[in-house]
Amino acid sequence: MSSYIVATSGLTQSEGVHLAYLVAAVLFILGLKQLSSPKGARKGNTTAAVGMIIALITGLIGLHPSSGRVILMVIGVVVGLLVGTLSARKVKMTAMPQMVAAFNGVGGGAAALVSVEEYMRLVAHSSQGVVFVITVVFSVVVGSISFAGSVIAFTKLQELMTGRPVTYPGQQAVNGIVVVAILAIGVYLVGFGTSVALVVVLLAIALFLGVAFVLPIGGADMPVVISMLNAFTGLAVAATGFVLGNTVLIVGGTLVGASGTLLTKMMGDSMGRSLGNVLFAAVGKAAPGGGAAAGSVEGRSVRSGTPDDIGVMLAYSQKVIIVPGYGLAVAQAQHVAKELASALEKRGVDVAYAIHPVAGRMPGHMNVLLAEADVPYEQLKEMDEINDQFKLADAVLIVGANDVVNPSARSDSSSPIFGMPILNADEAKNIIFMKRSMRPGFAGVDNELMFDPKTIMLFGDAKDSLTKLVASVKAA
Amino acid sequence: MSNALIEYITVFVLAGFVGIEVISKVPTILHTPLMSGSNAIHGIILVGALAVEANAHGTLQVVLGFLAIILATINVVGGFVVTDRMLEMFKSRRPEQSKQ
Repeated sequence: MSSYIVATSGLTQSEGVHLAYLVAAVLFILGLKQLSSPKGARKGNTTAAVGMIIALITGLIGLHPSSGRVILMVIGVVVGLLVGTLSARKVKMTAMPQMVAAFNGVGGGAAALVSVEEYMRLVAHSSQGVVFVITVVFSVVVGSISFAGSVIAFTKLQELMTGRPVTYPGQQAVNGIVVVAILAIGVYLVGFGTSVALVVVLLAIALFLGVAFVLPIGGADMPVVISMLNAFTGLAVAATGFVLGNTVLIVGGTLVGASGTLLTKMMGDSMGRSLGNVLFAAVGKAAPGGGAAAGSVEGRSVRSGTPDDIGVMLAYSQKVIIVPGYGLAVAQAQHVAKELASALEKRGVDVAYAIHPVAGRMPGHMNVLLAEADVPYEQLKEMDEINDQFKLADAVLIVGANDVVNPSARSDSSSPIFGMPILNADEAKNIIFMKRSMRPGFAGVDNELMFDPKTIMLFGDAKDSLTKLVASVKAA
Repeated sequence: MSNALIEYITVFVLAGFVGIEVISKVPTILHTPLMSGSNAIHGIILVGALAVEANAHGTLQVVLGFLAIILATINVVGGFVVTDRMLEMFKSRRPEQSKQ
């Protein structure tokens, strides 16, 4: 029926398909554009989704599957639809990052499978051009790395395995040999022979490389890695577009590959780290070279306070800054935090939230959570905006954040997080550090701020502690 | 080189520049939703998965294509839904702001 409509408008079917793909591509570009400004972001997602629907319907034109095959295709889509929708709807806000990793990984896996299959189908009849084989090799390798790497990223963030870097002797050498093997097989396939078996071997080695490559990267750096793997999948999809001769795959994949690469660099920049440092430095490994700093924690004492004392202190402050972190997300404490802020404001206290660019597990994580609790937008201050104001604050309340207020990022060049811009929480007159325990933060680095004489520790679950603080502020 | 190949390379190069240009001014708070939204866009691989499944010969190819369709559909659908959930959170703050 679609071809009939196209035919009556004076276009051949192929011209119609190309024009529809162009419309889809424009919608992808507009969607990305809108997604990068706060006003249009949600509309941008819808715009891109409309482009996707147009592309998918158009992609079906000209296919002539048997009826048995149609049933399989429908079952596949329905299964994917159910799994995708359910997992995306059920996932908790705190688990968003690993969900993105999972959705990215399956895309990379799909790109690799599609290329393998097309290779199997076409080389059975005739030999293929150089570009065809190069792009098959590229999408199989990069798609598989993205799939396996995303699985490890997911496993680390879901805490199914340790979030710390996993290193072993000879790691870099083994990875180097694997890369050489991939290149050798790639060169053979492109220049010398056709072999489906070797393509499958290539896929298997690339899966191994994906695992080996992400294992030594610490959990705190996972957002940057996920962003990079996202760009990888985009490029794998673009390569598959060359394999299939499909322009909409090339456009969609390349847009993601290019924007994802830039986004990865921006995320690294906001942590004050280069991409090379993120990927290869194994930051946050247990017992780093400077063992003295790590060992010093147990012997030193910290000051801890009761919720009652701290509540009174907050109630009689003029200016309080709240620094939220991943602990707030884990405890689902965003609503109580907002309640505390409201109680303080009723007493005339000036309250603001200081949002570090990488607070939580992902940039923007805190904004999303606090927006959910209806925290007014203008109370959320970005780092550059608020860093001068800490010295004017009577109290800073650190709720489940750690690395983003660690002064050793400023002063200690041996610290793994040295050079990361941090919030100047140490400049406030009083520092209230809410924590579950003395455990170091996600980067695995101890925090000198806990030993600052101005610091009062408030141990316990963030939600419980905040609830007690609200009660004591209201009573004061 | 065939005309088709030159067309593909042209599209690839231009899309690369557009991809970089179009997001160059994104604020930090939108990094995650943007990543998630672009993640959904590479689910376009579903178009390819459906095409190869329609043309597949033999059991192995059919199974691979079937798997690819499932994975690609999860990528597209999950990607858009999870991005929408993230961005839903951003909308409620505007009225709150005017109240202040």
